[in-house]
Amino acid sequence: MRYVIIGNSAAGIGAVEGIRQVDGQGVITIITSEREHTYSRPLISYLLQGKTDEDKMRYRPAHFYDDNNCTLVYGTVIQILPNEKQVALEDGSKIPYDKLLVASGSSAFTPPIEGLDTVKSKHHFMTLNDARNLKNAIARDSRVLIVGAGLIGLKCAEGILNKVGSVTVVDLAPRILSAILDEESAAIVQKHLENQGIEFKLESKAEDFGNYDIVVIAAGVRPNTALLNGIADINRGIIVNEKSETSHPDIYAAGDCTESIDKASGQRKIMALLPNAYMQGEAAGINMAGGDKACDKLIPMNAVGLCGLHIITAGNYTGEVLCKDNNRFFISDNKLNGYILIDNIEKAGVYTRLVREKRALEDVTEIIREALRA
Amino acid sequence: MKRIYVNEKWCLGCRLCEYYCAFAETGKKNMALALKDVKINPRIRVESHEDINFAVNCRHCDEPLCVKSCITGALSVTDGVVKINSERCVECYTCILVCPFGAIVPSDSGVLKKCELCLDIIEGSPACVKGCPNNAIVYESTLVQKGQG
Ligand SMILES: Cc1cc2nc3c(=O)[nH]c(=O)nc-3n(C[C@H](O)[C@H](O)[C@H](O)COP(=O)(O)OP(=O)(O)OC[C@H]3O[C@@H](n4cnc5c(N)ncnc54)[C@H](O)[C@@H]3O)c2cc1C
Repeated sequence: MRYVIIGNSAAGIGAVEGIRQVDGQGVITIITSEREHTYSRPLISYLLQGKTDEDKMRYRPAHFYDDNNCTLVYGTVIQILPNEKQVALEDGSKIPYDKLLVASGSSAFTPPIEGLDTVKSKHHFMTLNDARNLKNAIARDSRVLIVGAGLIGLKCAEGILNKVGSVTVVDLAPRILSAILDEESAAIVQKHLENQGIEFKLESKAEDFGNYDIVVIAAGVRPNTALLNGIADINRGIIVNEKSETSHPDIYAAGDCTESIDKASGQRKIMALLPNAYMQGEAAGINMAGGDKACDKLIPMNAVGLCGLHIITAGNYTGEVLCKDNNRFFISDNKLNGYILIDNIEKAGVYTRLVREKRALEDVTEIIREALRA
Repeated sequence: MKRIYVNEKWCLGCRLCEYYCAFAETGKKNMALALKDVKINPRIRVESHEDINFAVNCRHCDEPLCVKSCITGALSVTDGVVKINSERCVECYTCILVCPFGAIVPSDSGVLKKCELCLDIIEGSPACVKGCPNNAIVYESTLVQKGQG
């Protein structure tokens, strides 16, 4: 059996580990356009902060590819040829497959912004190379503008805050982290970050580029779906079922490039998160190798640290709100739909399980007793 | 493999297990001296609700969500034991987000701590099991009670 995996990040690595649970013999080829050993993408901000280094950022040990008997190929796939069952690389070579996984992730998106073309030092913040470039560009007195107050923009702000003159974050939205926080929680986090020295311009367009030395564009990401255009069903992301199968036989997809069912809301959506990418990839690998694995409990969830403040969220913020301190729980029909915890995060996983399994809540004692039982 | 199980029927809620756990990692001889005036961060914790007590610790799940979710690769499984490499941990708390038992806790240094069954420290049974005065904590292979992921 010949397995080809496009993408060498969380979903691709999950697939290797999944395949090897079932098939110790098959030939695995991983193709990556980033010429790196597999690394943890979220650690790029910790790299700037000096909390990790390129060695420790490896998502798996240096001997991973040998241990799993797989070949890493540096190159970019430009086309999938489903009839020939081959992938074509930009250097003209072709690699045949029996089972193919598209784990191509997402790419930073640059919205049309007037005046941006005048900026000399422009950056994205998605890859290790982006982090290296930004690290080389910043100086003690740099005035940095970050466009986008989402997770990536704020992690970037945290990463460089103590290395530059000033950090300003601008966003069209009225609150920060609008994808994962409600208004009240966002205000708490914003205050904390302002106290640390980050300046915010919310409900504002990015402009006055002359006031900044460096601009980081963190205004959103787009799933890399183009390889499957005309081959498999695509909405915003590549559509996969719980076995990580696309609509095309023998082609699987996993991770940030896909759309799948949010168990908490029942809706199909993109849930671009590292744990989800790994688990979808692992399921894809097991199924590609002839096993049977369903990855059917994905939910939106986040654990984010920002300048010492820990935030954990999961699920959807619908229903009645129950608050205690900075913790918010969203409940309807006796079910926990979602929660937002700030700082006081110790029991988060127990709540995540309730959201994921949609258990009916009777009283708090019952919840905790239930959750603690195997 | 063997795991630690707690029988809530027998748990008195005395919290000695928490102290034995914290003591085990000090490597010292005398518990009273080792833990005097120290704020402990045990990897087993007693929860009390009304008249029920139960101790919570890592189940070393067969499908450990913490390991699959770890964003850095700091968590891994060796011979059935879920271990953490503190060198690689950046305190993102994703494991706390996903552990269905609430068994992973931050420590004072921030780096996450979890039960590794005392395998590196103690011969025989883990410290909490040895120290439990009511035999409510046991170390055995029980198939019916496996952790889930
Ligand atoms: C700064 C930052 C912080 C983050 N923090 C967190 C966090 O705290 N928690 C969390 O859960 N998630 C976080 N994320 C998101 C997380 O990194 C992603 O969810 C995860 O990396 C997705 O993994 P993936 O394997 O699906 O795709 P990716 O990591 O995007 O990898 C896809 C790979 O495929 C390669 N590729 C694409 N097309 C081709 C092609 N045609 N040929 C060859 N190779 C190709 C790409 O070059 C890339 O290397 C963060 C992301 C960023 C940028």
